Amino acid sequence: MESFEVSKKEDGKVVILNIKGYLDAHTAPMLENELQQLVDAGKYNILVNFSELLYISSAGLGVFMGFIENIRNNEGDIKLSDMNSKIYRVFDLLGFPTLYDIVEEEQEALKKFNS
Amino acid sequence: MIKEKEKYKLKIPSKTDNLEIIRSFVSHVAELVGFDADETYKIELAVDEACANVIKHAYEKKDTNHQIDLVIEIDVQKLVIYITDQGKGFDVEKVLNKNVKEYLAEMRVGGLGIHLIKALMDEVEFISKAGEKTQVKMTKYLMKNGQLESIAKE
Repeated sequence: MESFEVSKKEDGKVVILNIKGYLDAHTAPMLENELQQLVDAGKYNILVNFSELLYISSAGLGVFMGFIENIRNNEGDIKLSDMNSKIYRVFDLLGFPTLYDIVEEEQEALKKFNS
Repeated sequence: MIKEKEKYKLKIPSKTDNLEIIRSFVSHVAELVGFDADETYKIELAVDEACANVIKHAYEKKDTNHQIDLVIEIDVQKLVIYITDQGKGFDVEKVLNKNVKEYLAEMRVGGLGIHLIKALMDEVEFISKAGEKTQVKMTKYLMKNGQLESIAKE
């Protein structure tokens, strides 16, 4: 069974979402719910750590598209970190690296949020 | 290794729960033909995108009793996948004429899947008319210039 899980922790003003498993059209609504809850709570500095993500389709990428405008309008950002090359290639094929801040490691993204 | 043309079929209810089964089916067949892990992943993702489009767009939401037909034809040189639904169809030209930048600028998700399919497969053909069945035919070649693609890439 290919599952998907999201876990959440806070580091100062940043909320870190660790996503794990398979993110497709079936599981994307789970991530959408998590992001919606953060936005509803006024938390606009969001870091998504991809280190345990094994698979992503465009439905997963679409989730970020649905929130980024609102979050940036509120002076926040969604930063993405720790992608393996397979996952990064999907982002790259769709031109996301020019639109989203994708960094190698979580610490780098945290520094950017706090600078 | 496959010596002659063979056909594999999967008919499955059109719902997102089944994307996992569809990916598993496709990746097993691709491995059987001799695609390496990287090419198998591309094929699996392209099929996921095409089926997710069918599930999301082809049928009216209230009507859940629909099927996706998946046929994979394989021979020594290539793998051809046909994904067919009996849904409401779509305007192929309209979708294909937009480039990915336009979709990103509009923050729309819909066209991303089709862009990915085109980027991941060697040949893609959409056959659709409003109100009639829609078929996506996608091809991946195992051999490039007389060599196995995994070797040709090196």
